[in-house]
Amino acid sequence: MDKFTIDNMNLYYGKFHALKDVTLHMPKNKITAFIGPSGCGKSTLLKSLNRMNDLVEGCKITGDIRLDGADIYGDIDINVLRKRVGMVFQKANPFPMSVYDNIAFGPRTHGIKKKSELDQIVEQSLRDAAIWDELKDRLKKSALGLSGGQQQRLCIARALAVKPEVLLMDEATSALDPISTGKIEELCLKLKDEYTIIMVTHNMQQALRISDNTAFFLLGEMVEYNSTDAVFSSPQDKRTEEYITGRFG
Amino acid sequence: MQGVFFLTALASIASVAIICVFLFINGVPAMAEIGLFDFIGGQKWAPTNVPASFGIFDMIVASVYVTAGAIVIGVPIGILTAVFLARFCPKPLYKILKPATELLAGIPSIVYGFFGLMVVVPFIRDNFGGFGSSWLAASIVLGIMILPTIIGVSESAIRAVPESYYEGALALGATKERSVFKTILPASKSGVLAAVVLGIGRALGETMAVVLIAGNQVQIPTRLTDGLRTLTANIVLEMGYSTGLHRQALIATGVVLFVFILLITLSMQAIKSRSEKHG
Repeated sequence: MDKFTIDNMNLYYGKFHALKDVTLHMPKNKITAFIGPSGCGKSTLLKSLNRMNDLVEGCKITGDIRLDGADIYGDIDINVLRKRVGMVFQKANPFPMSVYDNIAFGPRTHGIKKKSELDQIVEQSLRDAAIWDELKDRLKKSALGLSGGQQQRLCIARALAVKPEVLLMDEATSALDPISTGKIEELCLKLKDEYTIIMVTHNMQQALRISDNTAFFLLGEMVEYNSTDAVFSSPQDKRTEEYITGRFG
Repeated sequence: MQGVFFLTALASIASVAIICVFLFINGVPAMAEIGLFDFIGGQKWAPTNVPASFGIFDMIVASVYVTAGAIVIGVPIGILTAVFLARFCPKPLYKILKPATELLAGIPSIVYGFFGLMVVVPFIRDNFGGFGSSWLAASIVLGIMILPTIIGVSESAIRAVPESYYEGALALGATKERSVFKTILPASKSGVLAAVVLGIGRALGETMAVVLIAGNQVQIPTRLTDGLRTLTANIVLEMGYSTGLHRQALIATGVVLFVFILLITLSMQAIKSRSEKHG
């Protein structure tokens, strides 16, 4: 079953045509990876899925993007959309407050005030993000004191705390060391039972290791989309083959 | 060339040092003669009586009251204006609003005093009773006078907060308002606090505007419509005709004011170093 469907989507930044006629259907409870060289539009596409592009002045989108069949650029509450479609950013961005308050921010935003309920959500989210054991004694400490890898997993936990259906990850491991990256990759594999994950990655090995499907982008165009095995073992398009064999990018 | 820089740097430091020495040499003996407790804690200010009394307690309280009133009026307006300018203001409007707030800083204090005298004082007299020249009048005008300081410093503190906090909050489904007030504003709190402290310093030291509209009665006001006399007003009102111990007592009043400002500057430094430590 498809969670997100994108049909004939075009995106413009002012006069610049950043995404060209993209059609892409992403299945539920799978990991979909967007790969491609810098500036190919993959992050832009990811940000269209929770409408973070709305913040960019002069950004215009045409075509059709649907979550569970509902047009996300149509008559919907954008805050509810962002609750359903969580996002983890390239650079970990914990708020300058305690670990606990970071996780509780989302639930509080959506009206949960009871301490016992918040306690339970904080613990569960940190457990889901596989960082509970490391942080359970530091819940009241500032999140800014954590290591980079911990901060990023905290951000994943924070995203999970609002119980999203989809998790967007925008090069979430690019600033991390290999050990932290490994932990987050393991986490993704575990999380896909419950969530649909869509990730942008520069790291082709990462796409190969954990994604189910891969979409390859070049200069704003989606060149190829298939199961990850197929994309990497028998790419249909010459440009995909050249990219994954490292001839450019 | 470095020597020139050194000399120019020395000029400001030397000025502070000389002012300090002047104040203390002239003020401290008077405090000793009057008695420190009688001076600071005394409630009778009658410099021309025989024997004279030099108690400035009422004026210390008045200065604190007026400043507190200015903070109550100026801080919420100033901070919310800064938030608006930094996060909500449409660009064309910003081009008008920003220079307008800066212009507020350039208006001479005597003009604020006139404004208070012609507009605020009659308004209070007609609507709340009393003479109009009062604690409330002084606090309203001072509250306006500290706006540019609070707006300017708060706005740059708010602008210095990384955009990633804002995006992170939005991505969790928070509204724009919640994202700003729950992530950006708390993250800028040390800068905003610095703005408030600067505002306190400005309000405490203001003289010309206050002297025109505060009524200048030496008393501890019990109502907002009562008049009062601040430390600064006391100096400027009596310096012209004072002699001897009276004159020295006025300089000693300046010492007390100086100590207040010193405390504010120190707390400002403490806020700064704390925010540097905690990011």
